Amino acid sequence: MNDKPDKQYNLLIVDDEIVVRDSLSKWFKQDGYKVDTAEDGAHAIKKMSEGPWDIILLDIKMPGMSGLELQKRLREIDPSIATIMITAFASVESAVQALKEGAFDYVTKPVDPDHLSHLVENALRQKKLADENARLHERISEMAQGDEIIGNSPQMKKVIELAKTVAQTDTTVMVRGESGSGKELIARAIHANSARRFFPIVAVNCGAVPETLLESELFGHEKGAFTGAQYRRKGKFEMADGGTIFLDEIGTISQKMQVQLLRVIESKQFTRVGGNEMIHSDFRIICATNKDLEAAVKEGSFREDLYYRLNVFTVFIPPIRERRTDIPLLVDHFLKKYSAVMNKGIDEISPEAVDVLVRYDWPGNVRELENVIERAMVLAKPPSIRPEDLPFQSSVKRPAPADDSIASVEKAHIEAILAKTGWNITRSAETLCIDRVTLYNKIAKYGLTKP
Amino acid sequence: MSSLLIVPISPYDKDGVEGLVAPLQTIFRLPVSVDPRNSLDPSFAFDTFRNQYNSTSIISELDERFAESDKKILGVSSLDFFVPVLTYVFGEAQLDGRIAVVSSHRLDEALYGLPANPELLRDRLVKEAVHELGHVFGLIHCHDYMCVMHASTVVEDIDVKSERFCAHCDAMLKSKVNGSLSAFY
Repeated sequence: MNDKPDKQYNLLIVDDEIVVRDSLSKWFKQDGYKVDTAEDGAHAIKKMSEGPWDIILLDIKMPGMSGLELQKRLREIDPSIATIMITAFASVESAVQALKEGAFDYVTKPVDPDHLSHLVENALRQKKLADENARLHERISEMAQGDEIIGNSPQMKKVIELAKTVAQTDTTVMVRGESGSGKELIARAIHANSARRFFPIVAVNCGAVPETLLESELFGHEKGAFTGAQYRRKGKFEMADGGTIFLDEIGTISQKMQVQLLRVIESKQFTRVGGNEMIHSDFRIICATNKDLEAAVKEGSFREDLYYRLNVFTVFIPPIRERRTDIPLLVDHFLKKYSAVMNKGIDEISPEAVDVLVRYDWPGNVRELENVIERAMVLAKPPSIRPEDLPFQSSVKRPAPADDSIASVEKAHIEAILAKTGWNITRSAETLCIDRVTLYNKIAKYGLTKP
Repeated sequence: MSSLLIVPISPYDKDGVEGLVAPLQTIFRLPVSVDPRNSLDPSFAFDTFRNQYNSTSIISELDERFAESDKKILGVSSLDFFVPVLTYVFGEAQLDGRIAVVSSHRLDEALYGLPANPELLRDRLVKEAVHELGHVFGLIHCHDYMCVMHASTVVEDIDVKSERFCAHCDAMLKSKVNGSLSAFY
């Protein structure tokens, strides 16, 4: 009672005797609690909708539903409730039963007033801690959401919806999409929204690890398993225990690894390289690929059984050229991100520059877009990014033909292609489907000059 | 409700009752009188099993008996009071109501096997009377340990706090007392 109350706590008293209800509610009202009473289990359950209650004082012996039974039901409705059992006839069995089923404490009537006030204070203190804990957990999981997935297009909304749905389950997920489209981001979002979020997500880029090391990388190794293995090392599957393992570029793994992977997925157990000890790990698999796995299965380079094991639920991320409406949003996101990092006073982008970005084809997808914005931030002068700060401005900024004559259009077109290739005559000629001599002639004819 | 009426309930400590008048007058800034009749027989509130008196029943009886009165009523006794769910109480009050009772029984050092201390007993009785009347005026327990509205479940707690309201409770009390005065006039 020494700490100032920051809010009024709610107390529900359930007892079949009116004198007990009255005297307890009076006592607690004088202590500043908001108090309500119920005469039996049925009324108490009804009162639950008027809550939330912080503490419920429950008589064990009541006609109809007993206090123990009621406690069970109340906890089903709100598991965070602290219950205190009160009884006129103390028995060890009922006390033990009440405490086993989660009662905070158990007291006999009549209660020593000093004892009662301490009891309620302690119950409240514990409840406050539990509530705080839950709140902090929530905040952590909010923070663990990580990078935002940006996109307002119907295609992207669908992706986010799918990811959210599958996150709740333990299903193996395959994320597909072009290079740079954000497959790992989706994998992390699925993990962050799953029940496994308090355990790690371990990412392995199967394509980046040399074939010889991949086995040890995934399963770990014992000391002396191979030359240079001086220490025992845990593998990624072991590290992902309780969490998620993200296998990127799954399409690149060898036939031998495919067999091993298949076995681990099926049994959830494995041995370290050079070891005998069977290691169990509880992991969820999310894998990603930009390869055509179906074709690989057909030509026999990817095992069909592993393919079906991994391809349980697929999330396909469309390339950004197929969802151009997302480009301004992404641009805005990266602009904010890098303007915060670089602190150069550039926090906008000209509409012309956005237009250029929207029309570009983005073979490198979001990753390329991010790099372009970062680069532009370096080059641009405050306050905004303009088309000339973009690396491919020359290819997109087409010189307009002077008039509608064939000659003017041809001149403008050749000029544009030359600009795009950086005045590489061979490549320009190839693009224009004319030979180099013809191109030289046309350059001379139209008086084009290298900038 | 312009005044307080002290109703002695036999057996009671005469000095204790008389000693309440002046402090209550000062603290509540209201006229205080003692009911001279002393006609309340508390035997109806006796619980043979517990050998104690049910203070809730006494409050009900006082409420009935003084139904016509516009005064705040304080029953004072040296009986051992209880409310059904608790082992004992020093006093009881109707929160934001009219009636309160206090007992000097458990405030007496002699009960705890110590030498009697009439002065200390009187101080404790004043504090408990002010506390219960505070409830009658709608005040709830206060977290300031020096405030008379601080909850006391054992006598040692009573000795720690003062007989005065803290600034916050005093302000609350003033608004209540003035409120009831203006309502009265």
